[in-house]
Amino acid sequence: MSSFGMAGLARIAAWATMFALCSCAPAAHETTLKLWAFGPEGEAVGKLLPEFERAHPGVHVEVQNLPLTAMHEKLLTAFAGDALPDLCQLGNTWIPEFATLGALEPLQVYVDKSDVVRRDDYFAGIWDTNIVDSALYGVSWYVDTRLLFYRKDLLAAAGFDHAPRDWDEWRRAMAAIKQSQGADKYAIFLPLNEFEPLLNLAIQQSDPLLRDENTRGNFESEGFRRALDFYLEAFREHWAPPLSNIQVPNYADEFGKGYFAFYVTGPWNIGVFKQRLPAEVQGHWGTAPLPGANGPGGGAAGGSSFAIFRASKNKQLAWELVEFLSQMKQQQRFYSLTGDLPARRSAWDFVELETDEFTHAFRAQLELVKPMPKVPEWERIATEMQLAAERVVRGGESADAALRALDAKVDDEILAKRRALLARKVRQ
Amino acid sequence: MNSERAAWTFVAPALVVLGVFLALPVCAALLLSFTDFDIYALASLDNLRFVGLANYVDVLRAPLFWKALANTVWFVVLALPLSLLTSLGAALLLNSPLARFKGLHRTALFAPVVTTVVAVAIVWRYLFHTRYGLINDVLGHLGIGPVDWLGDPHWAMPALVLFAVWKNFGYNMIILLAGLQAIPQDLYEAARIDGASAWRRFWHVTLPGLRPVLLLVAIITIAGYFQLFAEPYVMTRGEPEQSTVSVLYFMYEEGFKWWNLGRACAVAFLLFALILVVTRMLLRFVRTKEGA
Repeated sequence: MSSFGMAGLARIAAWATMFALCSCAPAAHETTLKLWAFGPEGEAVGKLLPEFERAHPGVHVEVQNLPLTAMHEKLLTAFAGDALPDLCQLGNTWIPEFATLGALEPLQVYVDKSDVVRRDDYFAGIWDTNIVDSALYGVSWYVDTRLLFYRKDLLAAAGFDHAPRDWDEWRRAMAAIKQSQGADKYAIFLPLNEFEPLLNLAIQQSDPLLRDENTRGNFESEGFRRALDFYLEAFREHWAPPLSNIQVPNYADEFGKGYFAFYVTGPWNIGVFKQRLPAEVQGHWGTAPLPGANGPGGGAAGGSSFAIFRASKNKQLAWELVEFLSQMKQQQRFYSLTGDLPARRSAWDFVELETDEFTHAFRAQLELVKPMPKVPEWERIATEMQLAAERVVRGGESADAALRALDAKVDDEILAKRRALLARKVRQ
Repeated sequence: MNSERAAWTFVAPALVVLGVFLALPVCAALLLSFTDFDIYALASLDNLRFVGLANYVDVLRAPLFWKALANTVWFVVLALPLSLLTSLGAALLLNSPLARFKGLHRTALFAPVVTTVVAVAIVWRYLFHTRYGLINDVLGHLGIGPVDWLGDPHWAMPALVLFAVWKNFGYNMIILLAGLQAIPQDLYEAARIDGASAWRRFWHVTLPGLRPVLLLVAIITIAGYFQLFAEPYVMTRGEPEQSTVSVLYFMYEEGFKWWNLGRACAVAFLLFALILVVTRMLLRFVRTKEGA
């Protein structure tokens, strides 16, 4: 008890000294740069910042971590309340929305003068996500795209020595796996409440998802229909269980047990599977580029960008931080800390990435990714798209009727205001 | 005169607080419900259009609103009687002279009320799991095939009802328990002397004595259950096939997911009107029965 008391006293004394020392430091002329980031990225970026602060005396970077699920709402309320930070990590599908709000600083003038941020070093499809109505509003930080995670052993047991490269091979592999695995196991898990798997198949097509300057849905197009048919086939043939991700609370566990052999997901699961799959499965799973109708088809460009807010009073300084974090070396350190894949090709020239075989498929697919339609309403449209697909799978609605209803909903409800505003702009 | 002024002085702080934090936002929301306030209006007020009753018409024409309303009514119809019966049953057991460790049991039965929805939802999601869930395990021993509780559009709402009743019955139980203890013992004694059975004592003494409390509990529960939100939000996210989208969940998605604040406000006022009508009807029904 008494020793505890002594230790406690010593600790208090140490704190008091520390506090006294801190309060001596110059605080008056210090500039504070506010950066908002998602949880894991925010934590990691904190470790990169001391170097930046050493190079910029008198500058303090304050990082605020926000959970991904709360970030969007928080940013919008901060915009309405005029309380945005100087810069932030913005999911690249959110850029069109905040560009529409007029919240973002156009960055082309900064990039033109920069010798760190060079457009040709970035994956083209990823860079493109930052451009809205031909203005640049973001600089890509890290990237993701969804591709095929698969169980090599189950594929081999079904008689295949490599991952499928096109839809025909994929069909045959799924049929064979279902055959060899039996009635209570499946070949693939396509969560019915996630729009990403279907979206990634659809974005491979040459028909765009929206038409007429992104003011109308294009879901009755031939291309979308082809993607949907492939998606539906997996359920019709019982290659995929008609389940949502809520019904499979522990997907890593199920993947380990062989409940399904294919899973269309993103780079964060490399870390999850390395950690959570049982030892006997380690070495028997891999990643492969998402098959397309004829060979690797690419997917949707995901990831996060840096964006600087127009209301910031320290834009130049914020840009310098963006440049600092975009340096090849910082991109590589950031990968080591988080496992988030770098947006610059040159940063991939890195031993840790080269020795991790799971990242190779991502490197290949990143050259083929395409941005999603750049309208603020996109997420809602994608959600409606998935609801239409779910109605076909679970409710037995015909694909024709579902797509007709989807296009009608997108045209009459979701994009009606956008169309009206564009028409007004044209008149003026 | 003077006392009138004093009275106003005393209520003034409360009135100010209510005005700023209740009346003002409600009026603002009402105004907002007549506009098409959305992400474009947030960018520039030039893009804000006064649309009159169009939001209300749109909402009333949206199939999902009617589906949400049907889901919500279905939830209330299932959960209200189940909830009241469970609460009453638990209160009667606790009030029984035979019950031991009353304090312990009361606390245990009340515990679900004070736990966070999110935490217990995780446990319940495992209970409802189709293949590993405890509930299906028990049903399996009884020879009933596995029920896909949260994945089957027909079972998802009943699953939420079970969860919500378990989560909430303790609150009403406490109120009913207080009501039971307020019934004079001599009434029971008199009934017993007259030779009334336990069942007749319950029917003719307990129930009439509990009537005002039961009415209060029913109204609070109806108003609460019509505002169903947390359970589908954490358990199902409105799935499967939107079979657990409640009116409030619909409003939340319109407002905070899609940022159609005008339409979300219209939903809020429609729900308010609905709850008002239902509780008024209930009150009138009880009054006419009392008058008869």
